[in-house]
Amino acid sequence: MQPLLLSAATLVTALGTGMATTLDALRTGRSGLARCRFETVDLDTWIGEIAGLDDQPLTGDLARFDCRNNRLAERALAADGFAAAVAAAAARHGPSRIGVFIGTSTSGILQTELAYRRRAGDGSLPADFHYAETHNSFSVAEYTRRRLGLAGPALAVSAACASSAKVFSNAARMIAAGLIDAAVVGGVDSLCLTTLYGFNSLELVSNQACRPFDIARNGISIGEAGGFALVEAVGAHIDPAAVLVAGIGETSDAYHMSSPHPEGAGARAAMAAALAAAGLTPGDIDYVNLHGTGTPSNDAAEDHAIHDLFGDRVPVSSTKGATGHSLGAAGIVEALILALAIRHHLAPAGLNTRELDPALRSRYLLSNLETRIDIGLSNSFGFGGANCALVLGRADRLPHVRVVH
Amino acid sequence: MSATASAASPRLSRRLSAWIDSVGVVGPGLPDWPSTAAILAGATAFEPTPPVLTLPAILPPAERRRTGVAVKVALICGHEAASRASRPVTSMVSVFASSGGDGDNCHAICEALASDDRLISPTRFHNSVHNAPAGYWSIAMATRAASTSLCAHDASFAAGLLEALTEIASRPEAVILVAYDAPYPEPLRSARAIPWPFGIALVLTPTAGPTTLGRIEAHLAEAPATESADPGLERLRTTIPTARGLPLLAALAGHEAGTVALDYLEPLRLVVDVTPADGVASTTIARSVPAAARPAGS
Repeated sequence: MQPLLLSAATLVTALGTGMATTLDALRTGRSGLARCRFETVDLDTWIGEIAGLDDQPLTGDLARFDCRNNRLAERALAADGFAAAVAAAAARHGPSRIGVFIGTSTSGILQTELAYRRRAGDGSLPADFHYAETHNSFSVAEYTRRRLGLAGPALAVSAACASSAKVFSNAARMIAAGLIDAAVVGGVDSLCLTTLYGFNSLELVSNQACRPFDIARNGISIGEAGGFALVEAVGAHIDPAAVLVAGIGETSDAYHMSSPHPEGAGARAAMAAALAAAGLTPGDIDYVNLHGTGTPSNDAAEDHAIHDLFGDRVPVSSTKGATGHSLGAAGIVEALILALAIRHHLAPAGLNTRELDPALRSRYLLSNLETRIDIGLSNSFGFGGANCALVLGRADRLPHVRVVH
Repeated sequence: MSATASAASPRLSRRLSAWIDSVGVVGPGLPDWPSTAAILAGATAFEPTPPVLTLPAILPPAERRRTGVAVKVALICGHEAASRASRPVTSMVSVFASSGGDGDNCHAICEALASDDRLISPTRFHNSVHNAPAGYWSIAMATRAASTSLCAHDASFAAGLLEALTEIASRPEAVILVAYDAPYPEPLRSARAIPWPFGIALVLTPTAGPTTLGRIEAHLAEAPATESADPGLERLRTTIPTARGLPLLAALAGHEAGTVALDYLEPLRLVVDVTPADGVASTTIARSVPAAARPAGS
């Protein structure tokens, strides 16, 4: 594939607001997880909640979009100088030449859950419930598009926990097809009762802060997050240290709706496809940011796939012990953490993991590894057997990229 | 890269093309593609009788029992398009487009979460993901091929078609598009009134094949949407996002070159030049027809 330049990025997770805050948390090994006190939820679990969203309603022209999910989108769009970077790109290319492709799994469903509690005597929903602007999966993409004043193609990708990794692929295709010159890609998923009680019904939530790859791992810690990246076709001049999205691999498990293929066959195929798209081999990869949710079966399947491709050479870790599992936003969160790892020579440790499961054979990092990471890979896998792997790397280390100062 | 580029749409006018290899349809009074083609061509009258959603035997029994309306609609029309296609779908990338997914399932979860015990079934939860039809499809077809599940509210059909066309432009292989919608029950129905389940599936190919119905060439432009001539079909088109694709099917059924403008994100339309297989030579004539000049279904 034609690589994409990652020209601007913004991130909000339970670790805080902004790329610098995220990097600082990774450096110091800080986790954003805490015991669940969200809304009226009575589950014994830990979550990655973002503080203060309840006090920051959307106002003005876009007030109809007000819901937790779009408030989180707004917080990310306002951080890291992202909106200004997009405005500059819109001035360069034209607003109709910039696409908007946003991943989400539950969008603003919390708004509907709350509206159901406020049903009138005849069962009807309250008049202040706005389906299109909050509940619908597209609402976060439409909010982003209007907030940034863009007029090009747009869509929401909703493929469970692979959603916001897959959006890079939509952007790459549309740029390759010549419809657009750049795209705002990202993912936003916010806490809601559907996912907390839903994962609980599947006995997949942990009663402690999640411990990926630990022998005593017993489930996920649900988090919320919003992140965006501006991606563009690589021009004639490129900084050798620029971070590019060099390869994307997407597959389907064709196995089960909510359990991964036990040997990670679909996951392995996605990683192999991403490497092939980038013109790379497993030996070129310096670090893998795992999907690493912390459930017994997910980690075992992913470890199997990783070991098949990389053996025990490549350092790997899951950052979900820091951020929680932000579901439809996990893809963008971890792609941007990988970008930080490349820029700042830091392979972050997996937090909360005390004793590695001896049945898992990958080289899982229990402490930060400060080393050059020129090319890395990030995995995202979801319900329905949706798999997506992304390869990111420094421009001067990638094949097919001519670095001209 | 010009610094003077503006919001004007001419720069969006990049054209993407493909061949329509096969079609599958399920909706009220539209049980399959041959019946739908006859209605759209004006040979049969349209009567919006409730759709019969009988899932073909393509899923293992355990998965089959767990399917709701949205999965059934998607798999029924997808399977019809697959069975009419000139090549196997197992290696095809799939694009699933829906404005809202499974309304019954969503309602049941929200109702349970508003109750005291908040117990939701694991099956309901895993069926609540927007990509549930894509997951069941991959199991039914035993395909590990890549799949996208997207939503663009009322623009979902054209967004799905555009996505399928960019797939073909970036990699010249066949693609299956499955667009589908399912109604919400009350009280969500009052906030989002989709009257019927409806599905359209298209197998798109980069070159013509033995079953080719026609060639399409699409671009984004500001244009009035093509309407359906029949009032009953027009009601479907305006109330069900997937049915926004009916003018395209009408053009394919009419065996006449023409241009249709499908609803996309306001103020844009996906303008599609359609050249039926039996009139491919007249491509240049098709291009000269202004957008929406030829109402579908006429």
